[in-house]
Amino acid sequence: MEPVEVIFGGVSVLDRHDVDTDQIIPKQFLKRVERTGFGEFLFYDWIREGEIELKPNPILVTGRNFGCGSSREHAPWALQDFGFEAIIAPSFADIFYVNCTKNGLLPVVLDEQHCRAIADAGEARIDVDELTVTYRDGVEPFEIEEDVRHRLLHGHDEIDVTLSEHRGSIAAYERARELPATPTTAL
Amino acid sequence: MTPRTMFDKIWSQHEVADGLLFIDLHLVHEVTSPQAFDGLRLEGRQVRRPDRTLATADHNVPTDDTPVARLIADELSRKQVETLEANCAEFGIPVYSLGSDRRGIVHVIGPELGVTQPGMTIVCGDSHTSTHGAFGALAFGIGTSEVEHVLATQTLAQKRPKTMRISYSGRLEDGVSAKDLILATIGRLGTGGMVGHAVEYAGVPIEALSMEGRMTICNMTIEGGGRAGMIAPDEITLEFVRGRPGAPADFEAAAARWRELPTDEGATFDTEVEIDAGEISPMVTWGTTPGMVTEVAGRVPDPAAMGSAADRESAERALAYMALEPGTPMTEVTLDRVFIGSCTNSRIEDLRIAAGVVAGRRVADSVRAMVVPGSEQVRAQAERERLHETFRDAGFEWRASGCSMCLGMNPDTLIQGERCASTSNRNFEGRQGKGGRTHLVSPAMAAAAAVEGRFVDIREWS
Repeated sequence: MEPVEVIFGGVSVLDRHDVDTDQIIPKQFLKRVERTGFGEFLFYDWIREGEIELKPNPILVTGRNFGCGSSREHAPWALQDFGFEAIIAPSFADIFYVNCTKNGLLPVVLDEQHCRAIADAGEARIDVDELTVTYRDGVEPFEIEEDVRHRLLHGHDEIDVTLSEHRGSIAAYERARELPATPTTAL
Repeated sequence: MTPRTMFDKIWSQHEVADGLLFIDLHLVHEVTSPQAFDGLRLEGRQVRRPDRTLATADHNVPTDDTPVARLIADELSRKQVETLEANCAEFGIPVYSLGSDRRGIVHVIGPELGVTQPGMTIVCGDSHTSTHGAFGALAFGIGTSEVEHVLATQTLAQKRPKTMRISYSGRLEDGVSAKDLILATIGRLGTGGMVGHAVEYAGVPIEALSMEGRMTICNMTIEGGGRAGMIAPDEITLEFVRGRPGAPADFEAAAARWRELPTDEGATFDTEVEIDAGEISPMVTWGTTPGMVTEVAGRVPDPAAMGSAADRESAERALAYMALEPGTPMTEVTLDRVFIGSCTNSRIEDLRIAAGVVAGRRVADSVRAMVVPGSEQVRAQAERERLHETFRDAGFEWRASGCSMCLGMNPDTLIQGERCASTSNRNFEGRQGKGGRTHLVSPAMAAAAAVEGRFVDIREWS
């Protein structure tokens, strides 16, 4: 993952609530076995049917419960491949939020009023180190888990972090505390 | 000792380090895993615990008895299933693919094999992993990056969710099922109502349910935005697991441990909700989220009567997509298709109930109806009970197992404009096929709708 420190630029707006991952990337595009190339299929039906227009700005502002539904990580891959680097919304679905942070696509939670103001401003600067969104009308702080912020800023590979910091504890857990189970390999 | 919730007990049992959970069971399927295996190869990593990992092919699988992966007609689907088989062979993971009598929807085969057990942490790259919480496990869906993390480390870094308990009182009326209970719950709390929470379902109406019913409820937790759904294990749970291939060798020792799992008296939850199950009716969705739901005796709502501008706008858009007029009685909504299947409602009990409804009757001429068992084991059991003959005699198609028309990644899809009564879990735009219109219902309601060609109140219908 590439480090994410500052995101600056134009704002695209998708003024809808409960946008589900089936809309973000419809199922017929989940058959690819690669991580790349999903951008052209983003909001496939909505864009092709002229329901919405989206410019590939760095920032997307949208409605509450964004990314609900399926756990498909193809959704953040498609948003990122299309050009978005940050998404600002009043709330996100849990799995989608986590998937974004694993890929360096920054999810920013702000209340609806500030989302609308940033959408109207049309441009913003997001600072991951300071956890602020700066735009025409002012500076708004946002929250993100400290370990997530750290990982985003440094672009750390989470598996590397786990293995380097916790390899010993995992082995110790397996020796002393792991619950017994029939091995799936022996079924 | 401070009273603890079931969630607290499972969480602390599995914490390897602060916020890092050991994963007891990792289920894998073909759609969300290929990029994770690529990531392992790229870094020269191994799968840490193939013995705690199990794979199956379900999303892409045609339900026409295609015997092996290389005969799947769709090129991309074939490649995805073959890639799963190759990855599992390379990394030593057991896989039940086409041709295996243990293959099926990942959330059906885990419990069926007995590998889903109380007290476990269970993950899968699929949002409906919450299903397994019906056994008193902590089970939740993850993305592909997390799949790779679990493959490499057998652990997962997790933000501790808040806890919610939904306590049901009263008794479900005859004809009102677990599906209706969870649809009514989501209708009340909203599609974001459980976000950030591990949800425990409790109360006599839950205890009265079979494991199949409990799985239906936990399955749809994600449609309310919940991180995980859970139900305390009891003797019904234990009897379900006992004797299955994956059941613990020392069953009684495990059972003693499992009996300690239920939430202690006096434990506190971040959020408590109370619902009278006796007031719940058979439910039908009218819109494009599972929260857009009403009683079968109700009408399509009028967006103009909705409180907030956002709700009004969403409802207007949903009704336009669904081609429904406000005020239309739900029982006047006519159907083109009926789908009985999916990880929500494709288990043997679901099929028995649906077969009971259609026995001796005929599917309406205007309706194409299909039944897709959740697994090859469910299919075999149903055929032993001759349920397939009941369905076929009534005019249903009887298919091989898979995710089928729940998400239309395989040849089973709706075509533009078709209206379907479906026992699945999502009525999102295009979910079952571009332009398809999905109404979520219980198996009994779907079966009766197939016969009548429109929705009927199963409580009054005979």
